[in-house]
Amino acid sequence: MAQVVVVTSGKGGVGKTTSSAAFATGLAQRGKKTVVIDFDVGLRNLDLIMGVERRVVFDIVNVISGEARLNQALIRDKRVDTLSILPASQTRDKDALTKEGVQKIIEELSAEFDYILCDSPAGIEKGALLALYFADQAIVVTNPEVSSVRDSDRILGVLQSRSKRAEEKKDPVKEHLLVTRFDPARVERGEMLKLEDIQEILSIPLLGVIPESESVLKASNTGTPVIMDSESAAGQAYADAVARFLGEEKPHRFLEPEKKGLFKRLFGGRAA
Amino acid sequence: MSWIDFFRGKRKEESSASAAKERLQIVLAHERIGRTREDFLPKLQQELVAVVARYVAIDPGKVNVNLDRGGDMSTLAIEIELPAPAAMRMAANAR
Ligand SMILES: Nc1ncnc2c1ncn2[C@@H]1O[C@H](COP(=O)(O)OP(=O)(O)OP(=O)(O)O)[C@@H](O)[C@H]1O
Ligand SMILES: [Mg+2]
Repeated sequence: MAQVVVVTSGKGGVGKTTSSAAFATGLAQRGKKTVVIDFDVGLRNLDLIMGVERRVVFDIVNVISGEARLNQALIRDKRVDTLSILPASQTRDKDALTKEGVQKIIEELSAEFDYILCDSPAGIEKGALLALYFADQAIVVTNPEVSSVRDSDRILGVLQSRSKRAEEKKDPVKEHLLVTRFDPARVERGEMLKLEDIQEILSIPLLGVIPESESVLKASNTGTPVIMDSESAAGQAYADAVARFLGEEKPHRFLEPEKKGLFKRLFGGRAA
Repeated sequence: MSWIDFFRGKRKEESSASAAKERLQIVLAHERIGRTREDFLPKLQQELVAVVARYVAIDPGKVNVNLDRGGDMSTLAIEIELPAPAAMRMAANAR
């Protein structure tokens, strides 16, 4: 049986798609058969971040409406052979997604894959609710910023009341906190919420801290998930988080401002 | 910009941004066409499979549709796995 993992946040633009692409790639790189589903119907973007936009033929809505078979809609990644992507529809409206349709897809994928990652759209409407409904685990993506933390708290409430596990009174969805776009220098200057503060408020286990990093934009420019950039801080932080997700012990890194050497202080340095 | 940027990654950054532009131009060109027209691929596939099935007994699950959208040219490859000769003969006899 596959583990269904939703990547969610409530708030928009905090890094769900970036994190979904990184996690899916990281799990697959470690030999786990992984599929990542884009639930953002109407605003598909995971295909671009994964670099497969040219190869999209069918999407999740085609599969639900019976116009295509699931294995026809799955895009097999050319870099990591245990990784597949199921794109969202770009043309149809959100009503094309149904609970029964999604359930069938997840059941079918369960037979083939170890992990099913669901990249949730922002908000707490239908698309987001469907993305989290079947989850066994949730990665709650949060930025060190008041509205993001509040929305994460909201979505935790939804996970605890409106997921399938909650409705069927099973063991609750396992929650993980992933803090992204963390800028240690701004935290030090008191401009950004501290990690401890976020943890104290949300009180769920910390899976990882992804620093604000220029490499994320470069990665999206070229359609290469940032975790493949093993030189970059963000790539390394995602790799650590994936390792922790699989039960390894890894100390948290990139929590302190980078100590600038003389060269960087003179000429200005940017986070890689 | 400091003079050191001249020696540093400037060039490389430009190339990632230009990769982004190129990718966007291609994908958007295709999506804009799609907006004014019905998505024809599901129907095309159904009809093709129906035509082929008139001649050969095929398993509709063994049809693969691959698309590669390009700037100047796109390729659509439809791969239909044909059954083993024995199965084909049986299907022909049954007819
Ligand atoms: N660690 C990071 N450092 C710098 N920029 C980042 C980082 N993580 C994400 N971003 C940027 O933040 C923006 C939003 O990221 P992303 O699309 O992953 O968010 P999202 O939560 O999926 O958004 P939406 O709610 O619209 O689906 C993007 O421009 C992305 O490049
Ligand atoms: Mg997104």
